Amino acid sequence: MEYFLTEQQKTLKSLARRIAEEKVLPVRAELDEKEEFPWEIIKTLADSDLFRIFVPEQYDGMGSSSLDLCLVVEELSKVCSGVAVSYAATALGAYAILLYGNEEQKQKYLPAIAAGKRLAAFGLTEPTAGSDVSNIKTTAEKTPEGYVLNGTKQFITNGGEAEIYTIIAVTDKSKGARGASAFIVEKGTPGFTFGKKEKKMGIRSSSTRELIFRNCLIPAENILSKEGMGFVVSMRVLDHSRPGISAQALGIAQGALEAAVDYTRQRVQFDQPLISLPVVQYKLAEMAMQVEAARALVYSVAKTIDSGAKNFTEESAMAKVFASDVAMRVTTDAVQICGGAGYMRDYPLEKMMRDAKITQIYEGSNEVLHSAIAMELRKRKGRRE
Amino acid sequence: MNIIVCLKQVPSTTEVKIDPKTNTLIRQGIKSIVNPLDSYALEESVRLKERYGSRVTAISMGPPQATEMLRDAISSGADDAILLSDIAFAGSDTLATSTTLAKAIVKIKNYDLVICGRQTLDGDTGQVGPEIAEMLGIPFIAYVNKIEEIANGKLRVQRMVEDGYETIETSLPAVITVVKEINVPRMPSLRGLTKAKSAQIPTWTTQEINAEKETVGQAGSATWVVKVFYPQRVQLAEMLKGDPETQAKALVEKLREAKLI
Repeated sequence: MEYFLTEQQKTLKSLARRIAEEKVLPVRAELDEKEEFPWEIIKTLADSDLFRIFVPEQYDGMGSSSLDLCLVVEELSKVCSGVAVSYAATALGAYAILLYGNEEQKQKYLPAIAAGKRLAAFGLTEPTAGSDVSNIKTTAEKTPEGYVLNGTKQFITNGGEAEIYTIIAVTDKSKGARGASAFIVEKGTPGFTFGKKEKKMGIRSSSTRELIFRNCLIPAENILSKEGMGFVVSMRVLDHSRPGISAQALGIAQGALEAAVDYTRQRVQFDQPLISLPVVQYKLAEMAMQVEAARALVYSVAKTIDSGAKNFTEESAMAKVFASDVAMRVTTDAVQICGGAGYMRDYPLEKMMRDAKITQIYEGSNEVLHSAIAMELRKRKGRRE
Repeated sequence: MNIIVCLKQVPSTTEVKIDPKTNTLIRQGIKSIVNPLDSYALEESVRLKERYGSRVTAISMGPPQATEMLRDAISSGADDAILLSDIAFAGSDTLATSTTLAKAIVKIKNYDLVICGRQTLDGDTGQVGPEIAEMLGIPFIAYVNKIEEIANGKLRVQRMVEDGYETIETSLPAVITVVKEINVPRMPSLRGLTKAKSAQIPTWTTQEINAEKETVGQAGSATWVVKVFYPQRVQLAEMLKGDPETQAKALVEKLREAKLI
C-alpha cells in the first residue's frame, strides 16, 4: 500500500528497520528470557538520533511528528515490542513537558531527552487508580520550600531506568479530578525511590516498577502548567501517545504475519507446504487484511495530529483499540496455524502473542476507550441538535 | 587534526565467480558493500573526531557506483568524501592503487593521520596501507587494535602481533591499518543520513590528482593476473565399513601401516 511517506520518513523507517534487524533480532529471545532492560539498544537508538524525532528543533530535536514516531515504533515492534515500548515510553514522559512545559522547563529537560542521554517516564497509575484516574491518592503539598510528594505510583514503564518523571499528584483533595496537578520529578531526588520490579506476561525486557514518594521535596518551579491541570495534562498526553501504542500493536501484528508466512511456506504436511492449504490461506489473508486496515487507520490518525488538529481523543482512541485488537487476533491466529512450532519458545510467535496482550490494556484499556469514543459520538450529536 | 580514511567497495560475498575469459571478478548481480575491515577504519576515524575534534575525509578509488558507499560513510560520521574515478584507473594492482590514493592524499595536503583497514575482502593482500606510507614517506604501523593517545604531534597505539601486543609511538603524520578488534562500527544516524543525501562528493580523475597516466591503472601496475583458477576438489577420504568393532580394528591397522602408532 502506498502511504505517501516523505523521503525523510522513508529514510527514518529503513534506519529503524536496520537497527531492529541487526541489533535487536539477535538478542530479543535473551532479553525476554532474562527480563533485562535493553540499555545497549537504547544507546544505539540514541546515537542514531531516534530520540530526536519527537522533540522540536529548537531543543536539539529533529521535529515532532506523530507519524515519524509511529514508523520507528512499528519497525522496532515487528522484531521486539519490549524494546519498542522502552523507547516509546520516553516520548510519553516527554509529551507532558512538550505540551505543557514552560520555556525554562523545555530548555532544561528536552535537549537531554532528544540526545537519548536521559530517559523519561510518565507516572499516573496507582494501586487504587487505573481506569478511574480521579481516584489518585499521591499528594503534593505546597510548602514555602516547594512541593512535598507522598504516595506510590504503580506499573510505571521505564520506572527505575528513566531519569525524568512526569508525575500526577493531588494538590487539592476537595476538588476531585480538578484538584490534580502534574510535576517533573528527577531520579535521585531525596524521598523518591523505586519499589518492586514487576514480572510480566509479555514486553518482558521493558522495566515496569513502582515509584515511591516519601516526603519528597521538589522545587515549586517543577509544576507543569498550573495547579489543577493534572487531569487535563494526563488526558492530552495520552491522546498524543496512543498512536505510538497503536503503532506498537501494528508492528507486533506485522511481525507475526511475516513469521507465519515464512513458516507456512517451509512446513510441509500432506506433501505440500502449509501455505498451499486453503484453510491456511484463508487465515493468512484475513490476517493481512486486518494488519493493512490497522496501518491505514494508525497512519491516518498520526497524520491528523501532524496536520495540527485540536481535538483527536476519538481518533486516537480508535487507532489504539483497533490496532491492539488486531494484534491480539493476528498473533493468536499466527500461533494457531504454526501449530506446535508457534507455541514453542524457539520460535518468535509465542512471544508476540504474549506481547500483544498488553496493547489492549495499557494507555487506557480498550473498554475505557470504547466509552471515550461513545462519549464523543454523544457530544457531537448533542452539538448538532 | 585531519584524518583521511581509505575505503574500498567489494562484492558482498566470499564466493565470487570469475570470468574465465578475462580472469576478472564477475560483479554483475552481486551487491557491493564497504570492505568490512574498512568500516572499522571509518569508525575509528569518527571516534577520534569525537575525542579530538578532528575532521574526517573518506576517499575511495572505484567506479562511479562507489559514491553510494561514500555517502554511507558520511551518514556514519565522515565530514566529507572524495571519489577517485577514471577509466584510466581500471585494472590497478596494489602498486597502482597505492599510487592513486597517495597522489590524492598529497593533493588533500592537510592531513595528520591516514587510516586503512588491514586488508580487503576481495584482493586480500594487505599491501595498500604500507605502500601508501612508503610513497608519502611517512611512518607506518600495521594491525592496530587500540589508539591510546594522540598528543603533541605524536601517536601512541597498541598493535597485535603473533604472540601478544606491542605499544608503539610515532610522529605524525602517519599511516595505520586497523584490525576488527579495535571497535564496533556504529549504525548511521538520522542527521548523518540527511546530511549524506545532499552531500557533494567530488570525483577526481588522473588529471586532478596530478598523476602520470603510466603510473596508474593497468599501465602503472607491476603485477598482472596471468591465471585464476579454483583449487581442484579431490576426495581423499576412505570410509571404513562394518560394525564399530571391525571399523576400530581396521583403523588401528591403517594407523600402524602409516607408522602413526
